[in-house]
Amino acid sequence: MSAQGTTPAQGELLARFAVSPARRRKDQLARGLITAGTVIALVPLALVLYYLLSKGLGSWSWDFFSTDPTGNTFFKTSTIGGIKSAILGTIEIVALASAIAIPIGIGVAVWLVEYGRNSAFANLVRFFVDVLTGVPSIVFGLFIYIVLIVGTGSSYAGYKGSLALTLLMLPVVIRSAEVILLLVPAGLRESALALGAPRWKVIARIVLPTALPGMITGVLLAVARAAGETAPLLFTAAVTRKTSFDLGQFMNSLPVQIYSDVTSPTTSVVNRAWGAALTLVVMILLLNLIARLISRRSRLA
Amino acid sequence: MSVDGTTSETASLEPTNVEPESSTGRERIAPTPDGTSQPTAGQPADGQAPAKPATPAKQGLSVKLEGLRAFYGDAEQVKGIDLEFNANQVTAIIGPSGCGKSTMVRCINRMHEEIPGARAQGRVLLDRMDVYDPGVDVVAVRRAIGMVFQKPNPFPTMSVFDNVAAGLRLSAGRGPGGKADLRSRVESALRGAGLWDEVSDRLDAPGAGLSGGQQQRLCIARSLAVEPEVILMDEPCSALDPIATLKIEELIEELKQRVTIVIVTHNMQQAARVADRTAFMLSGELVEVGPTEDIFTNPSDSRTEEYVTGKFG
Repeated sequence: MSAQGTTPAQGELLARFAVSPARRRKDQLARGLITAGTVIALVPLALVLYYLLSKGLGSWSWDFFSTDPTGNTFFKTSTIGGIKSAILGTIEIVALASAIAIPIGIGVAVWLVEYGRNSAFANLVRFFVDVLTGVPSIVFGLFIYIVLIVGTGSSYAGYKGSLALTLLMLPVVIRSAEVILLLVPAGLRESALALGAPRWKVIARIVLPTALPGMITGVLLAVARAAGETAPLLFTAAVTRKTSFDLGQFMNSLPVQIYSDVTSPTTSVVNRAWGAALTLVVMILLLNLIARLISRRSRLA
Repeated sequence: MSVDGTTSETASLEPTNVEPESSTGRERIAPTPDGTSQPTAGQPADGQAPAKPATPAKQGLSVKLEGLRAFYGDAEQVKGIDLEFNANQVTAIIGPSGCGKSTMVRCINRMHEEIPGARAQGRVLLDRMDVYDPGVDVVAVRRAIGMVFQKPNPFPTMSVFDNVAAGLRLSAGRGPGGKADLRSRVESALRGAGLWDEVSDRLDAPGAGLSGGQQQRLCIARSLAVEPEVILMDEPCSALDPIATLKIEELIEELKQRVTIVIVTHNMQQAARVADRTAFMLSGELVEVGPTEDIFTNPSDSRTEEYVTGKFG
């Protein structure tokens, strides 16, 4: 808008800076493809949620959450019971698995970042952790089955299911915690060391508190993943109906309940599977929400 | 632009929420922000003995480098330096980027060896004791020789108070005697760093919420809290604006009453303003060291002259 300066070649300038039709077409094509891809990816997700809600919500009731499944499924009039034992079993099994996997996993991550660094052994550990991440979950179940059930000649138990889930969670916890610990600025460690702090205090008082929100996120995602696993529990914690608070006993869990219910010929039992599936998804969704809320408060993001 | 009629050159540059300290040197008769003025109770006004209630004024210790060499892997970054830093004096290290200034300074409190693959040779005498002696505890060395880094890095999870207290809590050996003692030590460290008047009403606020210059003085307070005999400053003002820089420089002037200061700087005017002695380094070697005035006005080495007059590189 300035008055100064001549504009002898305004037409030329416009021509030079105009968007060419070819580029406009390419831009629109690329945008279209990306949008289509996004929509396609969302379709199955929306369908899963739709079916879960439409089929599962119907079986939700107070009794559904407060009674154990009965196994009495032969007559239309019989009460099939709810999923109380499965919910409590899942919480107990996953809680024990978390209590073992989280401290060990964070310990390994601290060692990798603060001590092992790029030593040959640290890289070996990283390699094994990566391999473990890719192992199918049923293999962990088989391993526990062979070692703790066939190997000891004993029976199924809740804690054996927990151990299978522990193996599943460990690599996820280690990897996510390691990534977060690497984000802690080196300057913080340096200035703490320069104050004359011993290394363990630098880790306990500076590094871990700084990394805490991020680590909680990673840990909760690992917990959510473990909570949804069926395969490792099938032949470690077994299938049962009763609620148990003894991790040495058979223990029911949501994924296993769903697995055994959907194969039933009785419609009401299949509906119970939908209700249980919706319950599991809601529980995991809540965990994810908590993880997000905490990571929003992260100081490293 | 100016807020009142008495503005000096610097004051007129300041924003309207002017910080209390005057820019006139070491006299810090600071009016508080609400204008009530006058020195705070318990603090001598003249800055001669910065508030150290109860404890006698501490003296700095000299540091002497003998044949110091530092390596990163096989690369020799510091190539045999002999240099003495006098007690209770400010020594500035100048030189182009990559000449080994920072590396040399980090060897003094043995922070150099924290970098994987890095090592040092030669002797670093604190007073008469070699800090590289096998029997010496590296943690104790770092308590005696504090460090302030280029980027202000207060601990992000901690309040202003906890940041300063961290210096005491983290270094077990000089732990506080009790809650009241901790409080008074934190206060005296904050006063020593010229920050008390600005933060005394928000000690519980996060340390990372302060301005850049305040953060850097917070870091200085943090190192002062452990009562070191030497403070190493690695380009402490390079991330700060001129006003914050000025405050740090005034602070350095005060601090040398009780500690020995080594400051690495890229800013030659800064070296000229704060340093008693200046050392010029080039490619890992010490070219020249002497009284600051001589280095800048009458250097004996032609390379020094070229560098300080800006003909270099």
